[in-house]
Order: sequence, then structure tokens, then C-alpha cells
Amino acid sequence: MKEADEKDLLRELVAHLRQHRTELREEWARRITDAKLLTAMSREEIFAEATSVYNNYVEALETGTLETLHAYARNLSERIIPRGVETHEVVGIVLLLRDVLARSLFAKYQGDFKLLNRVLDAYEPAANRIANTVAVGFVQERERIIREQQEALRELSTPVLQVRERLLILPIIGVIDSQRARQLTEQLLRGIRANRARVVVIDITGVAAMDSSVANHLVLTVEASRLLGAAVIVTGLSPEIAQTLVRIGVNLGKMHTVGDLQGGIEEAERVLGYKVVPIAESSERA
Amino acid sequence: MAVPILKQSRYLIATIQSALSDADLLSLRDSLTEQVGRFRSRGVIVDVTALDVLDSFASRTLRDIAHMVRLRGAETVIVGIQPEVAFAMVQLGITLEDVATALDLEEGLACLDKKKLNSGRH
Repeated sequence: MKEADEKDLLRELVAHLRQHRTELREEWARRITDAKLLTAMSREEIFAEATSVYNNYVEALETGTLETLHAYARNLSERIIPRGVETHEVVGIVLLLRDVLARSLFAKYQGDFKLLNRVLDAYEPAANRIANTVAVGFVQERERIIREQQEALRELSTPVLQVRERLLILPIIGVIDSQRARQLTEQLLRGIRANRARVVVIDITGVAAMDSSVANHLVLTVEASRLLGAAVIVTGLSPEIAQTLVRIGVNLGKMHTVGDLQGGIEEAERVLGYKVVPIAESSERA
Repeated sequence: MAVPILKQSRYLIATIQSALSDADLLSLRDSLTEQVGRFRSRGVIVDVTALDVLDSFASRTLRDIAHMVRLRGAETVIVGIQPEVAFAMVQLGITLEDVATALDLEEGLACLDKKKLNSGRH
């Protein structure tokens, strides 16, 4: 089929789909409900979104370009993903729309078999590209949201806490990988500057093991903190981690360590010039 | 471009306000060393808050300042290293080991006061 003919045919199809848009949209919405898709959304919401999806779909058929559709798909996904809509639902409804429109074209051109073939030759590749674009857009949006959530979770899990004037505690729990270690350091350095800390206690009781690159990173963190005028005390090293540190040849002179968090805080208080005494004892003296 | 050096009683405060060329750094080193003698200063603060980058030459020169100034009877504290700069430095293995550092000017002065007390001089 010549390209000019195909373009004319496509224009004819698009005109037909626009002309019958109301009934085709209703048919589509009906099929969506029958297939029990988009159960998280109400009928009114489905219909509202259906209108803009339909228009974008037909426009993509008409122009042959997918950028607008892709952008629309990501925008739509951003709205519906928090509502709990899943990938199979999005792919499902786009395929349903493709089928509804295809059936409509069948009905129109069924009289002329040759023409019907040409119609499908023009419609099918375009419709498949559209379905692909919408699905990919949805998945990309999901992945972006997952990445954001992971980032938020990471920040939550490494809080920098001030327990006294000039004294910060960084309790680390769980698995540290290189990315988390780096993020930890950034948060700590920012915390030192913001709180004007002079001593930091990094407690790794909750860390079972660390590989040598993370251990090196811990040393770098200690050194970088010193450049900001803060001394670091590391507490809670497990036997495994102690072994790792010795194995990689960490200059232990650079690392001030204490067995547990309590000991670390007491040492930090000493450095800062605090002495903590029980109230009973001091009133006895008085 | 010359770095302004202010005198505050027995201390000298040098505030670096923008990126310095190698020649400027050496000139700063020489100025501080000379002025410590002229004013009989006990302490020097070099404020690098405005620097986005501290390369190995700059770090070496800061170390030289600390050593030369100590030979002339004063202690040095480097203040104002930014978090990003500190991290970049330690990754490159530049640690300014034997040079005192503090968060900012206020901390630096407190550090010098403490050192003066510890050394028992007045």
C-alpha cells in the first residue's frame, strides 16, 4: 500500500473514531467494569479518565508521534499509582480500548474484505505502538516512585540525633551498602555543621557485618568529621567487624573506639567537660 | 589577590574570600609567618569557608603555614571546611593530619584559647 494511501486511510479511521467517540467510550468503560479492572476507582472517575485517554489515543493514531502520549501516560500514572492501580490493569484497559476500536472498524468495513485488510494494516501497528508506550510509561513512573520511596526510607533509617549540646549520636542499624554509607556521611557532616557538634558517637551495634569498602568509608567519615572540628567515637563493634578492620589494616590510631554506646556517651561527655552524677549523691554532699 | 589578615589581640585571622592561585597561597603563607613575628601573635586562624575546593597544593600550603607559624611561636587552626570539601579531601587521601581544625571562627578562637591555657603561657 502506498504511503499516501495509508495516510489517507488513517485519517479516515481517525475521523470515524472521533465521530463515534461517545458510544465507543461507553462500550470501553463497560468492558473495563465487566473485566473488574480499576476497582480502586469509582465509575465517575473511570469515565473522566477514559475521556482523556481516548482523546490522547486517537490523537496518537492521527499524528503518529508518541511523545505527547508518553508524557500523558506518565502523568496519568502519577495520579493513579497512589490509588493502588496495578500494571496488569493499565495494560488491560489499553488493550480493551484497542479491541473496542478494532471491532468498530470491523463493523464499518466488513463489507469490503480487501479494504478491511488495508484498514487493519494501517491500524494494528499504530495501536500496538500505543499500547506499548502507555505500558512503558506506567512502568517507568512506578519505578520512579519506588526509587523515591527507597530514598525516603534510607534517610529515615539513619537519623542524626543530638543528645547534649555539641554531642551527636548516629545509631546505625541493618545492612550498610556503599550507597547508604555515602548517604550516612553526607547526613552526618551536615548534622555536625548544623548542630555545631564537637563530638559524634557512631554506634554500629546494629550492624552485623561490613565489607572492606564500607569499613574504609567509615574511616573516611571519621577523618572528614575531624576536618569539621568534630571528634568521632565509634561504639558497638562486633567481633566480625573488629576482624575486618584489622584485616584491611585500618590505622587504629585514627579511630577512637569504645565497647558499647553507654561507654561511648560517657567518654564523649568527658571530652566535652560534663560529669553526670546521681542527684542523691550530690545532695548528700551538700 | 591578597588575603585580608586581621589582628585580634594576640591572634591573627586570615579570611580567604575566593579561590586562590598557587602564588596567592604562598604569599599568604609568607605574610602570616612574617606578621606572627611582627605582632608577637600567639595564634593564627585561617578561614576557608568560602572555598569550594581544597586541592593537594592548598592543603600542603596550609600545613606549611601551621608548621612555619609554630616555629615562630604560634598555633594555627583551620576553620570553615565545608562538608562537601571535607568529603572530597578525605577521598583523595588529604587529611591535614597534624593541623588543628574547627567548625568556624568562634570554635577556632575557643580552640586557640584552650591551647593557650594548656601551654601555660600568658
